[in-house]
Amino acid sequence: MAEQPTLLAAREVAKHFGGVKALHDVSLTIHRGEIYGLIGPNGAGKTTFFNCLTGLYRNESGHFLFDGVKLEADAPHKAAEVGIARTFQNIRLFGNMTAIENVMVGRHLRTRAGVFGAISRNSATRAEEAAIARRADELLHYVGIHERAHDYARHLSYGDQRRLEIARALATEPKLLALDEPAAGMNGTETEALRVLVEGIRRDGVTVLLIEHDVKLVMGLCDRVAVLDYGEKICEDVPAVVQKDARVIEAYLGG
Amino acid sequence: MNGPSTKHPYWRQHWLGLMLVVGVLLAVPFVAALGGQAWVRIANFAILYVFLALGLNIVVGYAGLLDLGYVAFYAVGAYCYALLASPHFGIHLPFWVILPCGAALACLFGVLLGAPTLKLRGDYLAIVTLGFGEIIRIFMNNLNAPINITNGAQGITLIDPVRIGDFSFARTSTVFGIAISGPQKYYFLLVALAALVIVVNIRLQNSRIGRAWQAIREDEVAAKACGINTRNIKLLAFAMGASFGGIAGGVFAAMQGFVSPESFSLMESITILAMVVLGGMGHIPGVILGAILLTGLPEALRYGIEPLQKAVFGRMIIDPESLRMLVFGLALVLVMRFRPAGLWPSSLRRRELAEATD
Amino acid sequence: MDTLLQQLINGLTLGAVYALVALGYTMVYGIIGLINFAHGEVVMIGTMVAFTVIVSLAGSGMPPLLILGIGLLVAVVACMVLGWGLERVAYRPLRHAPRLTPLITAIGMSIVLQNIAMIIWGRNYITFPPMIDKQIYEFAGASFTNVQVAIVVLAALVMIGLTYLVQRTRMGMAMRATAQNQHVALLMGVDIDRVIAMAFIIGSALGALAGCMVGSYYEIAHYQMGFMLGLKAFTAAVLGGIGNMAGAMAGGLLLGIIEALGAGYIGDLTGNFLGSHYQDIFAFMVLIVVLMFRPSGLFGERTGDRA
Repeated sequence: MAEQPTLLAAREVAKHFGGVKALHDVSLTIHRGEIYGLIGPNGAGKTTFFNCLTGLYRNESGHFLFDGVKLEADAPHKAAEVGIARTFQNIRLFGNMTAIENVMVGRHLRTRAGVFGAISRNSATRAEEAAIARRADELLHYVGIHERAHDYARHLSYGDQRRLEIARALATEPKLLALDEPAAGMNGTETEALRVLVEGIRRDGVTVLLIEHDVKLVMGLCDRVAVLDYGEKICEDVPAVVQKDARVIEAYLGG
Repeated sequence: MNGPSTKHPYWRQHWLGLMLVVGVLLAVPFVAALGGQAWVRIANFAILYVFLALGLNIVVGYAGLLDLGYVAFYAVGAYCYALLASPHFGIHLPFWVILPCGAALACLFGVLLGAPTLKLRGDYLAIVTLGFGEIIRIFMNNLNAPINITNGAQGITLIDPVRIGDFSFARTSTVFGIAISGPQKYYFLLVALAALVIVVNIRLQNSRIGRAWQAIREDEVAAKACGINTRNIKLLAFAMGASFGGIAGGVFAAMQGFVSPESFSLMESITILAMVVLGGMGHIPGVILGAILLTGLPEALRYGIEPLQKAVFGRMIIDPESLRMLVFGLALVLVMRFRPAGLWPSSLRRRELAEATD
Repeated sequence: MDTLLQQLINGLTLGAVYALVALGYTMVYGIIGLINFAHGEVVMIGTMVAFTVIVSLAGSGMPPLLILGIGLLVAVVACMVLGWGLERVAYRPLRHAPRLTPLITAIGMSIVLQNIAMIIWGRNYITFPPMIDKQIYEFAGASFTNVQVAIVVLAALVMIGLTYLVQRTRMGMAMRATAQNQHVALLMGVDIDRVIAMAFIIGSALGALAGCMVGSYYEIAHYQMGFMLGLKAFTAAVLGGIGNMAGAMAGGLLLGIIEALGAGYIGDLTGNFLGSHYQDIFAFMVLIVVLMFRPSGLFGERTGDRA
């Protein structure tokens, strides 16, 4: 795993809630093109880390370097703009919009048409609309839920909703795709399909950051894994090493 | 999959209905005139409210922002017109100069008000717009001293009618051998404006911006994570609504020839909101229905309830104005309880699904 | 400096009233996150009920203070019932509806109450019969009345009592727990429905009291009086940090004083361009400025974005 360029570097990121330290000076490095796992017991600070990274929370100290540039992640839409897309632990789709519309919303960032374009419906706007629809359609094919394109997002099955969320995130053309427990609530077949999908996404050039409870999935899928416990990073290495780390075993078993 | 471009079959499928609508719209002012010009004026107001309600629909229906001071922007447009086309300051600019000015000014106020509040939770916007409506009214009422700007509670009179060259909207004139009265001319102007706002509503709904509004309404956090600058997109809706309010105000001033603070009370804002909500938030035919119903209702009450009360009780028990408001209030409560999507909610979804399986 | 002290005294009186009304907004908001637009109308109904009771007892020969007391009591009870009924009939069925829905219902209820009041009490101003022999005291060039003293003292006592209720009793604890986290409170065995009903009932009782104070102070009542009063009290609640009870009390007092000082000095400040007619704009100016720079209020804790 040597000599890979860094995509994301977190530098001593800290976040408190009242007196509770949710993140304690967490530093980690994600290389371009890898699948990076972030695991840890419940309440270890994984989702808080995600929220700081994607601008939903403001970290008190520390910073993120993304693609060599310091993130001014004071607003979530800016994080998306520089190329960090995410999914949510408790799926957040636009329930009363169709699947394809959800993905079309994801194209917002990379398209331009404004009010005047919409009202005049000039050729540029029509071309852009067609391109948005085409791309959204491709992405639905890509994640394998094309036949549900015109169903309301809230009518999709749990597994399909997860896939739709990934398609919507991919529509923003991210460099880093951050998945927050994508396998939660999935059965074995669905999890296996997810594994194939995530590997495909990486193969197509998108770096993946994965928070997951399913240790088997993480160990089988990730190139490297970091373990958080009580807001601190206690280990960061390839899965085989992490699995044998005494502190990690302690954190998971000792509670 | 050809999502937004399914519009054209719509026109072709419904040409008969559309012809019918055009025919009815052409006939209305002449049929109404049989009962007197007062009826034409009522029709005019119904269409002015359709315009206002569809402007507000962009704010409330599409972007999900509760604007309780919409009438303030209407007032800004009306006073803008009144001050720039009346003997009050002796300025007489043509309407096609003032209407855009009024729209721009209302838009500016919208941005000034929306920018600080739209990043906060939605209910703050409701209260700030409510307060803004009151501030505007207080200023209109009191800016007659020491410098007389608004002429206070008396309002501004003798406002110029819409005039294109020698063709004045204040007089009856003959076009192609048909006599068209002033109110009837305004009717056609208003129908044209309403058609414009309908096109704007339809086109925005199926656009990049329209989808962003809907996404924000559904889940603001997820919308942000998709890279939508939610504050700016909400501000866009708010400012657009304000501009439409400004235009409507200008037309109102010209049509009435008179403006005073009394026309811009909070109740007016709530009435327009009620049109949008009762008809069906975000659904254009629903909003139009709401506007026509709620403009017609007070007239119906005036002509129906008064004689009814007199017949039953021998005298007026309840003053019709407060009865009207009571019905409004109850309707809001009941519709929210039993038909939260409005009387005529969108069936667009079903149609789209049907088309997809063709 | 006479005016300054005078305006401070007037502002304190007004502020005490705002604080009581603001508590009604903030308690409901703190627990269910709803701006109860109809709260101003509850205050108005309180004033009107007290008025009716006082007028009908005025000829009975009872001592005026007793009449005032009965009027107040009836108004408080009537408003408690009204507040409870509002929650039960209008808001409870909408508890899981989208945010805009209960807000629009609240506006609807506000219109309904206003027009019922207009049908019952008419559209004209009514004179609130003065039941207290007005005494005027002079202090350092400023004057104040025993009515003002009574308002401030009574408001202070009620607020102390309320603080005790919320801090020390089981009901108060349940209320605070629900405001913190409704879901957890439910798991801990708190009867959420009762807590929410209680917030409406207590808030309405405070509102009725405030309404009687306004009536006695201005000696006038009107079916539309609740609107502006409610709006300002809501501003006071936001100023203090909405959902925060101590904040509502402080915000009310502060807003009363800002308004009185503003009305007293606006002429001087603007070279007589704007006169005291503009008193009402201060509340909104304050509201907009607070929301711009400190949306969680002067005393509110920063509530982070809810992810």
